[in-house]
Amino acid sequence: MEELLNILKDIHADVDYDTCTTLIDDGILDSFDIISIITEVSSEFDVQIPANEIVPENFNSAAALWKLIEKLLDE
Amino acid sequence: MNNVLEYMESTAPRLPDKVAFADDDCRLTFGQVYRRARGTGTALSAKGYYREPVVVYMHKSPDMVNAFFGVVYAGCFYVPIDEEMPAHRIGLIFNTLKPRAVICDAKTVDAAKALGQGEVMLFTDICDTPEDTEALATIRKHALDVDPIYIVFTSGSTGVPKGVVACHRSVIDYIETLSEALGFNEDTVFGNQTPLYFDACLKELYPTLKFGATTYLVPKKLFMFPVKLVEYLNEKRINTVCWVVSALTMISAFGTFDTVKPEYLRTVAFGSEVFPIKQFNMWRQALPEASFTNLYGPTEATGMCCYYHVDREFGPGDVIPIGGPFRNTEILLLKEDNTLAADGETGEICVRGTSVTLGYYNNPEKTSEAFVQNPLNTAYPEIIYRTGDLARRNAFGELEFISRKDYQIKHMGHRIELGEIEAVVNLEEGIKSACCIFDDAAKKIVLYYVGDTDNVSLGKVLRGKLPRYMLPHAVIRLDSMPFTPNGKIDRKLLKERWISNGGTP
Repeated sequence: MEELLNILKDIHADVDYDTCTTLIDDGILDSFDIISIITEVSSEFDVQIPANEIVPENFNSAAALWKLIEKLLDE
Repeated sequence: MNNVLEYMESTAPRLPDKVAFADDDCRLTFGQVYRRARGTGTALSAKGYYREPVVVYMHKSPDMVNAFFGVVYAGCFYVPIDEEMPAHRIGLIFNTLKPRAVICDAKTVDAAKALGQGEVMLFTDICDTPEDTEALATIRKHALDVDPIYIVFTSGSTGVPKGVVACHRSVIDYIETLSEALGFNEDTVFGNQTPLYFDACLKELYPTLKFGATTYLVPKKLFMFPVKLVEYLNEKRINTVCWVVSALTMISAFGTFDTVKPEYLRTVAFGSEVFPIKQFNMWRQALPEASFTNLYGPTEATGMCCYYHVDREFGPGDVIPIGGPFRNTEILLLKEDNTLAADGETGEICVRGTSVTLGYYNNPEKTSEAFVQNPLNTAYPEIIYRTGDLARRNAFGELEFISRKDYQIKHMGHRIELGEIEAVVNLEEGIKSACCIFDDAAKKIVLYYVGDTDNVSLGKVLRGKLPRYMLPHAVIRLDSMPFTPNGKIDRKLLKERWISNGGTP
C-alpha cells in the first residue's frame, strides 16, 4: 500500500488519498493520470491491469486500487 | 454560399425529426436546433448585440452547440469558454474580449456572474424566444463571408491566451474540403471527443449540419475507461471519429481489443500528436476495413490544413507523414532565408489560402508576428500564416512533421506554450525564476523553480490558475538555475539532466 500511495502522491501531491473515495466521480484524476498510474503500477508491482479492470470502481480510491493489485498479484 | 447557417437551413426542413446532436442527457433534432438557434439570435439581436463577441460559457452539451448557432444568427461571433478553466485565466480572456454578453447554463451561472463582466443570460431563458423573421433576415442581408464566426483562445507564451478569429469563408472552405477528403455523408455518425472550446470540434459540428449527420458528444469520463468507451461506440453505432492520438492509444494500449472491438467504426481520423507506430498497427489490425487519416493543422489556419490517408505499412521507427494540403490550401516550406526548401530540406510550414484566419483578437503585435506578407510575393498584399512547425518532404513527396521552432508543445491534444506556465509561476510571490521542460517520451511537463515556497503549496496555487492540461506533472525546486553563457536559463541542460536521470528529478 505504501508503494501505491507514493505513486499516487507523485501524480497529485495535494490529494488526501487516505480518505478520498471519489477520485473519479469528482474529476480529481483525468485520463492522463489513469495512464500514468497503470504504467507505474505495472512496473512497480509487475502486474498488468487488464482492460476490463480499468473501470471507475477500481480507481475511485487508493484502497480500491490496492485491492485490485492484491487480486492481480494472487492470480 | 457565404454563411455557415445555410448548412442548417437546407438540412432542417429536410430532416426536422432526425437527431443532430446528443449526449447522455439530451437529444436535439435538426428542427429543434434550427428553431432554438433562431430564437437565441432573435433574443440577442433584440437586446442590441451585433457584430461583437458573445461568450458561450456552458458545460459541454448539445445546448452549448445550439447556442453557438444562435450567436451567429444574431450577426455576432461566439467565444466558447471551458467550464473547468480557472477563473484567473477566464479573467485574462475577458480582459482581451471585453464582452457585453455571456450565455451560460445552470452549472456555470454563478461563476459567470462572479466574473462581473457583461450581461449574463441563461441559454434556456433565451432559446425559446419566438423568432423575429424580419430582424433575422436583415442581419443576414448585411452579413459578409469575411465576418467572424468564432474566437477560440489558445495558449500564449507571455502568459496571456491569444484569441484566434475565424470567418465564415474559412470555415466553409474547411468543411467542404475536409468532408470531401474524409467522405462524410448523411449516414455519418460522429463520436465527438474534442472539447467544444477549440476549433477541433468544427470537424463534427458543421458536417453534421451540412449532411444531416448525427454527432454524439462522448462523455469525457469514458476516455479513462477503454472497455466502456468502446461499448459506448457500439451502442451508438458510431462510424466516424476524429480524435486526438492519446484518446485512441488509451484504447489500444491496454489490450481492449481482446475484449471488445468497435463494430461500426469505418473512418478514423487522428491528429495533434505523433501516433506511436506499435499502437497504430494495433488499430489497423483490429479494424482492417477502416480508413485511417492523419490530420495536421494549426488553429490559425481554421482547424486542419493537411491530411494523409494511410496507404502503406508502417514499421517501428517510421513516421506517419502529415501528407499534403486540403484542396484550396497551399503549404509553403520556407527556410530561414525565406526561400522554398528543396525536397528533403527542412523548412517552416507556412499556410496560404482561404483557411488562414483573420488574426488574434485585440492583439495587433502578436498578429503581425505570425500573419505575415508572403515573402515570395512582392507585388500585392497577401497574408500567410507562419506556424512555427518545422517539416520536410519525404521520398514520396509527402510532408513530414519534424519539430517545433520554439517552446510550444502538444500534450493530450492540447497546444501549450511552456512560456505561459513559466509566466504564471513567475507571478507567484517568493519565486525567483522558473523553467519548464517537456519530456517527450513520457509526455510529462516538468517545472523547475528557484524560490521560497514548497512543491505542495506551489502545486495548489497553479491548480487555481492554469487549466488542468497545463499543470506540471513534476515540480522540482532548485537552489539555483543553470544558465547558458548568454545568461539565458539553460533548458537544454535541465532537459538532459531529467532524461539522463531516467525521468526523475
